[in-house]
Amino acid sequence: MQYALLIYDKPGAYDSLSDEERKAVSDEYWAIREEPCVLGGAGLQPAHTATTVRLDDGSTLVTDGPFADTKEVFGGYYLLEADDIDAAIAIAARLPAARLGGSIEIRPVLERPS
Amino acid sequence: MLASLVGFLGDFDLAEEAAQEAFTVAAERWPRDGTPDNPAGWLVTTARNRAIDRIRRERTLAAKTRLLEVPETVEHEIDETTIPDERLELVFTCCHPALATETQVALTLRALGGLSTEEIAGAFLVTPETMKRRLSRAKAKIKTAGIPFAVPPDAVLPERLAAVLAVVYLIFNEGYGGRVDLAAEAIRLGRVLSALMPDEPEALGLLALMLCHDARRAARFHDDELVLLEDQDRSLWDAGQLAEGRAAIDRALALRGRGPYVLQAAIASLQAQDPVDWPQVAALYEELGALTRSPVVDLNRAVAVAQAGAPDAALQIVDRLPLDEYQYLHSTRAELLRRLGRTEDARAAYRRALELTRAEPERRFLERWLEELSP
Repeated sequence: MQYALLIYDKPGAYDSLSDEERKAVSDEYWAIREEPCVLGGAGLQPAHTATTVRLDDGSTLVTDGPFADTKEVFGGYYLLEADDIDAAIAIAARLPAARLGGSIEIRPVLERPS
Repeated sequence: MLASLVGFLGDFDLAEEAAQEAFTVAAERWPRDGTPDNPAGWLVTTARNRAIDRIRRERTLAAKTRLLEVPETVEHEIDETTIPDERLELVFTCCHPALATETQVALTLRALGGLSTEEIAGAFLVTPETMKRRLSRAKAKIKTAGIPFAVPPDAVLPERLAAVLAVVYLIFNEGYGGRVDLAAEAIRLGRVLSALMPDEPEALGLLALMLCHDARRAARFHDDELVLLEDQDRSLWDAGQLAEGRAAIDRALALRGRGPYVLQAAIASLQAQDPVDWPQVAALYEELGALTRSPVVDLNRAVAVAQAGAPDAALQIVDRLPLDEYQYLHSTRAELLRRLGRTEDARAAYRRALELTRAEPERRFLERWLEELSP
Protein backbone atom coordinates (compact mmCIF):
# COMPACT_ATOMS: atom_id res chain seq x y z
CA MET A 1 0.00 0.00 0.00
CA GLN A 2 1.16 3.52 -0.64
CA TYR A 3 0.94 6.24 1.95
CA ALA A 4 1.65 9.94 1.90
CA LEU A 5 3.24 11.28 5.07
CA LEU A 6 2.45 15.00 5.34
CA ILE A 7 4.78 16.74 7.73
CA TYR A 8 3.54 19.69 9.80
CA ASP A 9 6.09 21.56 11.85
CA LYS A 10 5.35 23.31 15.11
CA PRO A 11 5.94 27.01 14.45
CA GLY A 12 9.35 28.09 15.68
CA ALA A 13 10.44 24.49 16.21
CA TYR A 14 13.78 25.12 14.57
CA ASP A 15 14.42 28.63 15.93
CA SER A 16 16.15 27.46 19.07
CA LEU A 17 18.38 24.97 17.25
CA SER A 18 22.00 25.70 16.48
CA ASP A 19 23.28 25.49 12.93
CA GLU A 20 24.82 22.07 13.61
CA GLU A 21 21.55 20.82 15.11
CA ARG A 22 19.63 22.08 12.10
CA LYS A 23 22.03 20.33 9.75
CA ALA A 24 21.67 17.12 11.78
CA VAL A 25 17.90 17.30 11.38
CA SER A 26 18.20 17.89 7.66
CA ASP A 27 20.60 14.96 7.31
CA GLU A 28 18.12 12.78 9.16
CA TYR A 29 15.35 13.66 6.72
CA TRP A 30 17.59 12.97 3.73
CA ALA A 31 18.66 9.64 5.21
CA ILE A 32 15.04 8.55 5.56
CA ARG A 33 14.49 9.64 1.97
CA GLU A 34 17.02 6.96 0.96
CA GLU A 35 15.29 4.07 2.78
CA PRO A 36 14.02 1.34 0.44
CA CYS A 37 10.35 1.79 1.30
CA VAL A 38 10.43 5.54 0.57
CA LEU A 39 9.39 6.14 -3.03
CA GLY A 40 9.52 9.90 -3.04
CA GLY A 41 9.44 13.02 -0.97
CA ALA A 42 10.81 16.49 -0.52
CA GLY A 43 11.33 19.14 2.08
CA LEU A 44 9.73 22.46 1.27
CA GLN A 45 11.20 25.94 1.61
CA PRO A 46 9.73 27.99 4.49
CA ALA A 47 6.14 29.30 4.51
CA HIS A 48 7.12 32.88 3.69
CA THR A 49 8.38 31.72 0.30
CA ALA A 50 4.97 30.35 -0.63
CA THR A 51 2.60 31.67 -3.27
CA THR A 52 -1.03 30.60 -3.51
CA VAL A 53 -3.04 30.34 -6.72
CA ARG A 54 -6.81 30.32 -7.03
CA LEU A 55 -9.24 30.97 -9.82
CA ASP A 56 -11.66 33.79 -9.14
CA ASP A 57 -14.42 34.18 -11.70
CA GLY A 58 -12.21 32.72 -14.43
CA SER A 59 -9.22 34.91 -13.73
CA THR A 60 -6.15 33.65 -11.94
CA LEU A 61 -5.74 35.06 -8.48
CA VAL A 62 -2.22 34.90 -7.14
CA THR A 63 -1.46 35.85 -3.55
CA ASP A 64 1.59 35.91 -1.33
CA GLY A 65 1.83 33.33 1.42
CA PRO A 66 0.75 29.75 2.16
CA PHE A 67 -2.77 28.40 1.57
CA ALA A 68 -3.73 27.59 5.12
CA ASP A 69 -3.66 30.20 7.81
CA THR A 70 -2.91 27.55 10.37
CA LYS A 71 -0.47 27.56 13.24
CA GLU A 72 1.36 24.53 11.92
CA VAL A 73 3.47 24.86 8.82
CA PHE A 74 3.41 22.22 6.10
CA GLY A 75 7.10 21.45 5.79
CA GLY A 76 7.47 18.46 3.49
CA TYR A 77 6.24 15.01 2.58
CA TYR A 78 7.25 11.44 1.88
CA LEU A 79 5.68 8.83 -0.35
CA LEU A 80 5.97 5.37 1.23
CA GLU A 81 5.37 1.80 0.21
CA ALA A 82 4.28 -0.15 3.30
CA ASP A 83 2.41 -3.34 4.16
CA ASP A 84 0.04 -1.64 6.58
CA ILE A 85 -0.55 1.51 8.51
CA ASP A 86 1.53 0.36 11.47
CA ALA A 87 4.63 0.38 9.27
CA ALA A 88 3.81 3.93 8.15
CA ILE A 89 3.19 5.00 11.76
CA ALA A 90 6.57 3.60 12.79
CA ILE A 91 8.32 5.79 10.20
CA ALA A 92 6.23 8.86 11.05
CA ALA A 93 7.18 8.54 14.71
CA ARG A 94 10.88 8.69 13.78
CA LEU A 95 10.63 12.01 11.97
CA PRO A 96 12.30 15.04 13.58
CA ALA A 97 9.10 17.07 13.19
CA ALA A 98 7.32 14.66 15.54
CA ARG A 99 9.79 15.00 18.39
CA LEU A 100 9.95 18.77 17.90
CA GLY A 101 6.25 19.24 18.64
CA GLY A 102 4.84 18.88 15.11
CA SER A 103 2.36 16.42 13.59
CA ILE A 104 2.48 13.99 10.71
CA GLU A 105 -0.64 13.18 8.77
CA ILE A 106 -0.75 9.73 7.16
CA ARG A 107 -3.05 9.28 4.17
CA PRO A 108 -3.43 6.28 1.93
CA VAL A 109 -2.73 7.18 -1.68
CA LEU A 110 -5.37 6.65 -4.36
CA GLU A 111 -4.41 3.89 -6.70
CA ARG A 112 -4.09 4.83 -10.31
CA PRO A 113 -7.16 3.70 -12.24
CA SER A 114 -6.20 0.95 -14.69
CA MET B 1 -15.63 -18.26 14.23
CA LEU B 2 -16.00 -14.70 12.99
CA ALA B 3 -12.43 -13.97 14.02
CA SER B 4 -11.00 -16.81 11.98
CA LEU B 5 -13.09 -15.77 8.98
CA VAL B 6 -11.93 -12.16 9.25
CA GLY B 7 -8.35 -13.42 9.45
CA PHE B 8 -8.86 -15.70 6.48
CA LEU B 9 -10.68 -13.15 4.34
CA GLY B 10 -9.17 -9.90 5.56
CA ASP B 11 -12.55 -8.24 5.25
CA PHE B 12 -15.13 -7.70 7.99
CA ASP B 13 -18.22 -7.38 5.81
CA LEU B 14 -17.40 -10.43 3.77
CA ALA B 15 -16.74 -12.46 6.90
CA GLU B 16 -20.01 -11.39 8.48
CA GLU B 17 -22.04 -12.16 5.39
CA ALA B 18 -20.37 -15.53 4.94
CA ALA B 19 -21.00 -16.43 8.58
CA GLN B 20 -24.64 -15.41 8.25
CA GLU B 21 -25.09 -17.55 5.15
CA ALA B 22 -23.47 -20.54 6.83
CA PHE B 23 -25.82 -20.28 9.81
CA THR B 24 -28.80 -19.95 7.48
CA VAL B 25 -27.82 -23.08 5.56
CA ALA B 26 -27.24 -24.94 8.84
CA ALA B 27 -30.66 -23.91 10.11
CA GLU B 28 -32.20 -25.36 6.94
CA ARG B 29 -30.11 -28.50 6.60
CA TRP B 30 -29.33 -29.80 10.06
CA PRO B 31 -32.91 -30.43 11.17
CA ARG B 32 -33.40 -32.36 7.94
CA ASP B 33 -30.03 -34.13 7.58
CA GLY B 34 -28.92 -34.29 11.21
CA THR B 35 -26.21 -32.31 12.97
CA PRO B 36 -22.72 -32.97 11.58
CA ASP B 37 -20.08 -34.62 13.82
CA ASN B 38 -18.04 -31.44 13.83
CA PRO B 39 -20.54 -28.57 13.67
CA ALA B 40 -17.91 -25.82 14.07
CA GLY B 41 -15.79 -27.26 11.28
CA TRP B 42 -18.85 -27.59 9.05
CA LEU B 43 -19.81 -23.97 9.65
CA VAL B 44 -16.34 -22.63 8.94
CA THR B 45 -15.96 -24.72 5.78
CA THR B 46 -19.39 -23.71 4.53
CA ALA B 47 -18.71 -20.04 5.28
CA ARG B 48 -15.36 -20.14 3.52
CA ASN B 49 -16.80 -21.88 0.46
CA ARG B 50 -19.66 -19.40 0.26
CA ALA B 51 -17.18 -16.56 0.51
CA ILE B 52 -15.00 -18.11 -2.20
CA ASP B 53 -18.01 -18.35 -4.52
CA ARG B 54 -18.95 -14.75 -3.88
CA ILE B 55 -15.43 -13.52 -4.50
CA ARG B 56 -15.15 -15.43 -7.74
CA ARG B 57 -18.30 -13.66 -8.81
CA GLU B 58 -17.01 -10.30 -7.67
CA ARG B 59 -13.56 -10.38 -9.18
CA THR B 60 -12.50 -6.93 -8.04
CA LEU B 61 -12.10 -8.20 -4.48
CA ALA B 62 -9.67 -10.89 -5.53
CA ALA B 63 -6.54 -8.86 -5.01
CA LYS B 64 -7.55 -8.00 -1.47
CA THR B 65 -7.65 -11.51 -0.13
CA ARG B 66 -5.24 -14.35 0.32
CA LEU B 67 -8.10 -16.60 -0.65
CA LEU B 68 -7.38 -17.59 -4.22
CA GLU B 69 -4.11 -19.24 -3.33
CA VAL B 70 -5.83 -21.55 -0.84
CA PRO B 71 -7.18 -24.81 -2.23
CA GLU B 72 -10.81 -25.68 -1.66
CA THR B 73 -11.00 -26.92 1.92
CA VAL B 74 -12.34 -30.35 2.72
CA GLU B 75 -14.66 -30.62 5.69
CA HIS B 76 -12.98 -33.28 7.78
CA GLU B 77 -9.61 -31.52 7.65
CA ILE B 78 -10.80 -28.76 9.91
CA ASP B 79 -11.46 -29.92 13.42
CA GLU B 80 -12.20 -27.89 16.48
CA THR B 81 -8.58 -27.60 17.49
CA THR B 82 -7.22 -26.37 14.18
CA ILE B 83 -9.53 -23.38 13.79
CA PRO B 84 -7.10 -20.63 14.72
CA ASP B 85 -8.30 -18.46 17.57
CA GLU B 86 -7.78 -15.13 15.90
CA ARG B 87 -9.86 -13.19 18.39
CA LEU B 88 -6.73 -11.57 19.76
CA GLU B 89 -5.86 -10.14 16.36
CA LEU B 90 -9.47 -9.03 16.01
CA VAL B 91 -9.47 -7.15 19.30
CA PHE B 92 -6.31 -5.23 18.40
CA THR B 93 -7.78 -4.39 14.99
CA CYS B 94 -11.01 -3.13 16.56
CA CYS B 95 -9.07 -1.01 19.05
CA HIS B 96 -6.49 0.38 16.64
CA PRO B 97 -5.60 4.01 17.48
CA ALA B 98 -6.26 5.07 13.88
CA LEU B 99 -9.96 4.64 14.74
CA ALA B 100 -11.84 7.09 16.96
CA THR B 101 -12.51 5.86 20.50
CA GLU B 102 -16.29 5.68 20.07
CA THR B 103 -15.66 3.66 16.92
CA GLN B 104 -13.32 1.28 18.76
CA VAL B 105 -16.03 0.72 21.36
CA ALA B 106 -18.73 0.04 18.77
CA LEU B 107 -16.53 -2.25 16.69
CA THR B 108 -15.41 -4.24 19.73
CA LEU B 109 -18.98 -4.78 20.87
CA ARG B 110 -20.03 -5.77 17.35
CA ALA B 111 -17.14 -8.02 16.39
CA LEU B 112 -16.18 -9.54 19.76
CA GLY B 113 -19.29 -9.04 21.82
CA GLY B 114 -21.58 -10.17 19.04
CA LEU B 115 -24.07 -7.43 19.89
CA SER B 116 -26.41 -6.28 17.15
CA THR B 117 -26.12 -2.76 15.73
CA GLU B 118 -29.47 -1.89 17.35
CA GLU B 119 -28.30 -3.11 20.76
CA ILE B 120 -25.10 -1.07 20.58
CA ALA B 121 -27.00 2.02 19.39
CA GLY B 122 -29.42 1.71 22.31
CA ALA B 123 -26.62 1.32 24.81
CA PHE B 124 -24.90 4.52 23.70
CA LEU B 125 -28.01 6.57 23.05
CA VAL B 126 -27.63 7.04 19.30
CA THR B 127 -29.98 6.02 16.52
CA PRO B 128 -29.41 2.67 14.79
CA GLU B 129 -28.74 4.55 11.53
CA THR B 130 -25.96 6.55 13.17
CA MET B 131 -24.41 3.39 14.59
CA LYS B 132 -24.70 1.60 11.27
CA ARG B 133 -22.86 4.48 9.56
CA ARG B 134 -20.22 4.53 12.25
CA LEU B 135 -19.55 0.83 11.80
CA SER B 136 -19.52 1.07 7.97
CA ARG B 137 -17.06 3.93 8.02
CA ALA B 138 -14.90 2.02 10.46
CA LYS B 139 -14.77 -1.04 8.25
CA ALA B 140 -14.04 1.16 5.23
CA LYS B 141 -11.20 2.86 7.06
CA ILE B 142 -9.74 -0.48 8.12
CA LYS B 143 -9.62 -1.50 4.48
CA THR B 144 -8.57 1.78 2.89
CA ALA B 145 -6.00 2.89 5.45
CA GLY B 146 -4.57 -0.60 5.76
CA ILE B 147 -5.20 -1.22 9.45
CA PRO B 148 -3.64 -4.66 9.84
CA PHE B 149 -5.30 -7.75 11.25
CA ALA B 150 -2.48 -8.54 13.65
CA VAL B 151 -1.25 -8.46 17.21
CA PRO B 152 1.00 -5.38 17.38
CA PRO B 153 4.79 -5.83 17.48
CA ASP B 154 6.44 -5.93 20.91
CA ALA B 155 7.71 -2.35 20.62
CA VAL B 156 4.19 -0.90 20.67
CA LEU B 157 2.30 -3.73 22.37
CA PRO B 158 2.16 -2.17 25.85
CA GLU B 159 0.49 1.04 24.66
CA ARG B 160 -1.84 -0.84 22.31
CA LEU B 161 -2.84 -3.22 25.09
CA ALA B 162 -3.55 -0.22 27.32
CA ALA B 163 -5.88 1.09 24.60
CA VAL B 164 -7.73 -2.24 24.36
CA LEU B 165 -8.21 -2.39 28.11
CA ALA B 166 -9.37 1.24 28.12
CA VAL B 167 -12.07 0.39 25.56
CA VAL B 168 -13.33 -2.50 27.66
CA TYR B 169 -13.34 -0.35 30.80
CA LEU B 170 -15.23 2.36 28.90
CA ILE B 171 -17.86 -0.21 27.94
CA PHE B 172 -18.08 -1.21 31.62
CA ASN B 173 -18.53 2.36 32.83
CA GLU B 174 -20.28 4.31 30.14
CA GLY B 175 -22.96 2.29 28.52
CA TYR B 176 -26.47 3.04 29.65
CA GLY B 177 -27.58 -0.50 29.15
CA GLY B 178 -31.08 -0.54 27.87
CA ARG B 179 -31.79 -4.15 26.97
CA VAL B 180 -28.16 -5.08 27.23
CA ASP B 181 -26.19 -5.33 30.48
CA LEU B 182 -23.00 -3.64 29.29
CA ALA B 183 -21.18 -4.21 32.55
CA ALA B 184 -21.74 -7.94 32.05
CA GLU B 185 -20.58 -7.61 28.42
CA ALA B 186 -17.41 -5.84 29.51
CA ILE B 187 -16.69 -8.50 32.13
CA ARG B 188 -17.20 -11.18 29.51
CA LEU B 189 -14.76 -9.37 27.21
CA GLY B 190 -12.36 -9.07 30.15
CA ARG B 191 -12.49 -12.84 30.64
CA VAL B 192 -11.84 -13.42 26.95
CA LEU B 193 -8.84 -11.07 27.02
CA SER B 194 -7.38 -12.73 30.12
CA ALA B 195 -7.77 -16.14 28.49
CA LEU B 196 -6.17 -14.94 25.25
CA MET B 197 -3.30 -13.23 27.07
CA PRO B 198 -2.67 -15.32 30.19
CA ASP B 199 0.71 -13.70 30.87
CA GLU B 200 -0.55 -10.13 30.82
CA PRO B 201 -1.15 -8.98 34.40
CA GLU B 202 -2.96 -5.81 33.30
CA ALA B 203 -5.66 -7.83 31.53
CA LEU B 204 -6.20 -9.79 34.76
CA GLY B 205 -6.11 -6.55 36.72
CA LEU B 206 -8.89 -5.03 34.61
CA LEU B 207 -11.04 -8.15 34.96
CA ALA B 208 -10.53 -8.16 38.73
CA LEU B 209 -11.37 -4.45 38.95
CA MET B 210 -14.61 -4.84 37.00
CA LEU B 211 -15.64 -7.89 39.03
CA CYS B 212 -15.00 -6.10 42.33
CA HIS B 213 -17.08 -3.11 41.25
CA ASP B 214 -19.87 -5.16 39.76
CA ALA B 215 -20.07 -7.44 42.79
CA ARG B 216 -21.17 -4.47 44.90
CA ARG B 217 -23.71 -3.12 42.41
CA ALA B 218 -26.82 -4.30 44.25
CA ALA B 219 -25.70 -2.70 47.52
CA ARG B 220 -24.80 0.71 46.13
CA PHE B 221 -28.27 2.21 46.40
CA HIS B 222 -30.99 1.77 48.97
CA ASP B 223 -34.39 3.30 48.09
CA ASP B 224 -32.63 5.50 45.52
CA GLU B 225 -30.24 6.78 48.18
CA LEU B 226 -26.50 6.48 47.80
CA VAL B 227 -24.94 4.05 50.28
CA LEU B 228 -21.30 4.47 51.19
CA LEU B 229 -18.98 1.49 51.02
CA GLU B 230 -18.67 1.14 54.78
CA ASP B 231 -22.47 1.14 55.19
CA GLN B 232 -23.29 -1.32 52.44
CA ASP B 233 -25.25 -4.49 53.13
CA ARG B 234 -22.57 -7.08 52.41
CA SER B 235 -25.11 -9.83 51.98
CA LEU B 236 -26.04 -8.08 48.73
CA TRP B 237 -22.49 -8.40 47.43
CA ASP B 238 -21.97 -11.10 44.81
CA ALA B 239 -19.60 -13.50 46.55
CA GLY B 240 -18.89 -15.43 43.36
CA GLN B 241 -17.72 -12.31 41.53
CA LEU B 242 -15.61 -11.21 44.48
CA ALA B 243 -13.96 -14.62 44.64
CA GLU B 244 -13.28 -14.61 40.89
CA GLY B 245 -11.89 -11.08 41.20
CA ARG B 246 -9.64 -12.04 44.09
CA ALA B 247 -8.30 -15.02 42.14
CA ALA B 248 -7.56 -12.78 39.14
CA ILE B 249 -5.74 -10.17 41.22
CA ASP B 250 -3.71 -12.90 42.95
CA ARG B 251 -2.61 -14.25 39.57
CA ALA B 252 -1.77 -10.75 38.35
CA LEU B 253 0.34 -10.03 41.43
CA ALA B 254 2.04 -13.42 41.08
CA LEU B 255 2.97 -12.33 37.53
CA ARG B 256 4.61 -9.28 39.17
CA GLY B 257 2.01 -6.95 37.73
CA ARG B 258 2.24 -3.41 39.15
CA GLY B 259 0.43 -1.54 36.39
CA PRO B 260 -2.55 0.81 36.82
CA TYR B 261 -5.32 -1.79 36.50
CA VAL B 262 -3.59 -4.23 38.84
CA LEU B 263 -3.14 -1.49 41.44
CA GLN B 264 -6.74 -0.28 41.12
CA ALA B 265 -7.98 -3.85 41.44
CA ALA B 266 -5.82 -4.45 44.52
CA ILE B 267 -7.29 -1.30 46.05
CA ALA B 268 -10.87 -2.35 45.24
CA SER B 269 -10.20 -5.78 46.67
CA LEU B 270 -8.78 -4.36 49.92
CA GLN B 271 -11.74 -2.01 50.24
CA ALA B 272 -14.11 -5.00 50.14
CA GLN B 273 -12.56 -6.46 53.26
CA ASP B 274 -13.60 -5.82 56.84
CA PRO B 275 -11.79 -4.04 58.38
CA VAL B 276 -10.15 -2.12 55.54
CA ASP B 277 -6.36 -1.84 55.68
CA TRP B 278 -6.36 1.90 54.95
CA PRO B 279 -2.60 2.49 55.26
CA GLN B 280 -2.07 -0.23 52.64
CA VAL B 281 -4.74 1.36 50.43
CA ALA B 282 -3.04 4.76 50.81
CA ALA B 283 0.31 3.23 49.84
CA LEU B 284 -1.23 1.66 46.72
CA TYR B 285 -2.80 4.99 45.74
CA GLU B 286 0.62 6.57 46.12
CA GLU B 287 2.12 3.96 43.78
CA LEU B 288 -0.75 4.51 41.33
CA GLY B 289 -0.29 8.26 41.50
CA ALA B 290 3.38 7.94 40.58
CA LEU B 291 2.33 6.01 37.46
CA THR B 292 -0.60 8.10 36.32
CA ARG B 293 0.20 11.53 37.77
CA SER B 294 -3.51 12.04 38.24
CA PRO B 295 -4.77 14.52 40.85
CA VAL B 296 -7.91 12.39 41.20
CA VAL B 297 -5.75 9.51 42.37
CA ASP B 298 -4.15 11.88 44.88
CA LEU B 299 -7.64 12.81 46.06
CA ASN B 300 -8.43 9.16 46.65
CA ARG B 301 -5.14 8.78 48.48
CA ALA B 302 -6.14 11.66 50.74
CA VAL B 303 -9.38 9.86 51.58
CA ALA B 304 -7.42 6.71 52.47
CA VAL B 305 -5.03 8.76 54.62
CA ALA B 306 -8.03 10.28 56.45
CA GLN B 307 -9.61 6.86 56.95
CA ALA B 308 -6.28 5.65 58.33
CA GLY B 309 -6.69 8.28 61.05
CA ALA B 310 -4.95 11.44 59.78
CA PRO B 311 -7.57 13.96 58.56
CA ASP B 312 -5.12 16.86 58.95
CA ALA B 313 -2.56 15.30 56.61
CA ALA B 314 -5.39 14.41 54.25
CA LEU B 315 -6.62 18.01 54.12
CA GLN B 316 -3.11 19.20 53.32
CA ILE B 317 -3.00 16.85 50.33
CA VAL B 318 -6.46 17.94 49.16
CA ASP B 319 -5.74 21.66 49.39
CA ARG B 320 -2.83 21.31 46.97
CA LEU B 321 -4.88 19.64 44.21
CA PRO B 322 -5.75 21.56 41.02
CA LEU B 323 -9.33 20.24 40.94
CA ASP B 324 -11.45 23.28 41.61
CA GLU B 325 -14.20 22.29 39.19
CA TYR B 326 -14.38 18.72 40.48
CA GLN B 327 -17.37 18.07 42.73
CA TYR B 328 -15.63 15.30 44.66
CA LEU B 329 -12.78 17.57 45.65
CA HIS B 330 -15.22 19.81 47.47
CA SER B 331 -17.30 16.99 48.94
CA THR B 332 -14.08 15.42 50.27
CA ARG B 333 -12.85 18.74 51.66
CA ALA B 334 -16.23 19.22 53.31
CA GLU B 335 -16.07 15.82 54.98
CA LEU B 336 -12.51 16.42 56.22
CA LEU B 337 -13.34 19.89 57.54
CA ARG B 338 -16.36 18.44 59.30
CA ARG B 339 -14.22 15.80 61.00
CA LEU B 340 -11.77 18.48 62.06
CA GLY B 341 -14.61 20.46 63.66
CA ARG B 342 -14.31 23.38 61.22
CA THR B 343 -18.08 23.62 60.74
CA GLU B 344 -18.32 26.94 58.88
CA ASP B 345 -15.64 25.93 56.39
CA ALA B 346 -17.28 22.52 56.00
CA ARG B 347 -20.64 24.12 55.14
CA ALA B 348 -19.01 26.35 52.54
CA ALA B 349 -17.39 23.32 50.98
CA TYR B 350 -20.68 21.36 50.91
CA ARG B 351 -22.32 24.34 49.19
CA ARG B 352 -19.56 24.49 46.60
CA ALA B 353 -19.87 20.75 46.03
CA LEU B 354 -23.64 21.14 45.51
CA GLU B 355 -23.04 23.82 42.88
CA LEU B 356 -21.08 21.25 40.89
CA THR B 357 -23.23 18.18 41.50
CA ARG B 358 -26.11 17.22 39.20
CA ALA B 359 -27.04 13.65 40.07
CA GLU B 360 -30.05 13.55 42.40
CA PRO B 361 -28.92 10.86 44.85
CA GLU B 362 -25.59 12.65 45.27
CA ARG B 363 -27.28 16.04 45.76
CA ARG B 364 -29.55 14.62 48.45
CA PHE B 365 -26.52 13.08 50.14
CA LEU B 366 -24.76 16.48 50.28
CA GLU B 367 -27.91 18.34 51.30
CA ARG B 368 -28.40 15.98 54.24
CA TRP B 369 -24.91 16.80 55.55
CA LEU B 370 -25.48 20.52 55.06
CA GLU B 371 -28.72 20.15 57.03
CA GLU B 372 -26.95 18.31 59.87
CA LEU B 373 -24.35 21.06 60.17
CA SER B 374 -26.91 23.87 60.34
CA PRO B 375 -26.64 26.02 63.41
